[in-house]
Amino acid sequence: MWQNMLLKSVEQGLVFGIMALGVYITFKILNFADLSVDGSFPLGAAVAASLIVGGHSPFTATLAAILAGALAGYITGFLNTAGKISDLLAGILTMTSLYSINLRIMGKPNIPLLNQPTVFSIIQGDIKKIFPGFPTQYTYLILFIIIVIIVKTLLDAFLKTQLGLALRATGDNPQMIRSQGVNTDMTKIIGLSFSNALISLAGALVAQYQGFADVGMGIGTIIAGLASVIIGDALVGEKSIFIATLGVLFGSFLYRFSISLVLSFRLAQASDLKLLTALVVILALTAPRFKKSLNRKRSNIYAGS
Amino acid sequence: MLVLENLSKTFNPGTPNENQVFNGLSLKVEDGDFITVIGSNGAGKSTLLNAIAGVFPIDGGKIYLDGSDITGLPEYKRAAFIGRVFQDPMLGTSPSMTIEENLSLAFSRAENISLRWGLNAEKRKLFSKYLSTIPLGLENRLNTKVKLLSGGQRQALTLIMATMKKPRLLLLDEHTASLDPKTATLVNELTEEIIKREKITTIMVTHNLEHAIKMGNRLIMMHKGRIVLDIMGEEKASLTIPLLLSKFEQLQGEKFVEDRVMLA
Repeated sequence: MWQNMLLKSVEQGLVFGIMALGVYITFKILNFADLSVDGSFPLGAAVAASLIVGGHSPFTATLAAILAGALAGYITGFLNTAGKISDLLAGILTMTSLYSINLRIMGKPNIPLLNQPTVFSIIQGDIKKIFPGFPTQYTYLILFIIIVIIVKTLLDAFLKTQLGLALRATGDNPQMIRSQGVNTDMTKIIGLSFSNALISLAGALVAQYQGFADVGMGIGTIIAGLASVIIGDALVGEKSIFIATLGVLFGSFLYRFSISLVLSFRLAQASDLKLLTALVVILALTAPRFKKSLNRKRSNIYAGS
Repeated sequence: MLVLENLSKTFNPGTPNENQVFNGLSLKVEDGDFITVIGSNGAGKSTLLNAIAGVFPIDGGKIYLDGSDITGLPEYKRAAFIGRVFQDPMLGTSPSMTIEENLSLAFSRAENISLRWGLNAEKRKLFSKYLSTIPLGLENRLNTKVKLLSGGQRQALTLIMATMKKPRLLLLDEHTASLDPKTATLVNELTEEIIKREKITTIMVTHNLEHAIKMGNRLIMMHKGRIVLDIMGEEKASLTIPLLLSKFEQLQGEKFVEDRVMLA
């Protein structure tokens, strides 16, 4: 049981880690509280599932999901920069619109992908032709590791390019980067598109991994992503971009692992998960303050004695 | 050459906080001018620099740089030919990025940024050469995050970033005001050295009368959105603080008042 639980947590940690990397781009790099996530994650799932069921290649379907996500991010960015709508509200508007759009794309609230080809089943079939003894129970694990390494390497590299540096400066000090001749509206839109493209990719992969796309699967995605980012930051730190993104992935794994731990000990039922996640994020966000006041109390005690 | 023609700017028009800063301000800055700007509280010194840099749109008037009208150009586009150092050392650099990453952003100023690497061995070498010209030991700390630097180090870094690609115009907004006297002197020396070496046309706002008199070739005093004194050449060279203050009192019939003004 333990081995299986660990395997599932690593798999989920990796695939949802792609989503968490997207959240990292907006929350940490751009300093933009983007709530489009709850809409762009199921958008990826909806686009991929609809296209697969419609007979398209799962690879085309996944690529289409990435593009759809980028478009969603673009719209949030456009609302914020050209429309001067605050970041929170721009994200909420996109997210809310996407709920209807996702239903339109899917035509119904749920699309099962059982007996449909997925990127995983196709690759697994190809590998088995070459290595008949391939341990199929590790297919997801191995493919997720490969995909995540590609995504992480691309993201790390991007953040070291001229454009990537400009993006980081936009979140850090917009006045400074404008005075260096960079259009911060443009960098924001690029960052949001990139972020939501990753989040939609995660949605498309999760749909193919779980075997269905559901219109409600996005609820709480942002909180799960934030939890991963915060846990990663707290435990691994952000000495460099490489370390920081590694931390996000580790945070994503730890988050999924603690959830399966809670569920397997029957400490809570599945429907309590969103509440638990919110509590984890609240705890992580307030912990530094608690620590401070605790230290102060302690030093007072020492001073008294 | 920078020409300001009939600038007007009112903040919060139509509200109880309405504040008319200028109404018909004109100024001609010759190539190679190093102008120091002093003035009483609310004279519009910072607003003048911000209007030139394009931080906000002006209500009326025109701004020409080398003959072309830049009045409607957004801030980030003007940055292609205007270098700036702010009063707040926090404003000019990106704190959570390293020294070399900050320099890289300044290095590609006014170019189309692309997906090429922000840093490479060649740039690093160049950056440490730039930094070795200031006695702050930053050339060996390229990989240090800027938030770990002192205010003076950050201002020196901002100054290097603003002048690395020679700007047509350098705007300094009380850039040594928040530094301790020793560091301020160091940054001022560095400022003069760079401006002289690169022959950069400069406008420097200061509240330190001594700096205003000692530095530059031309001194402007502003009062209530107008230029009340414009002293250059020989007259500027022989200027002293008491002389400057008496000139002001003669002109305005009132005493020069600036909370933070430094007479010595």
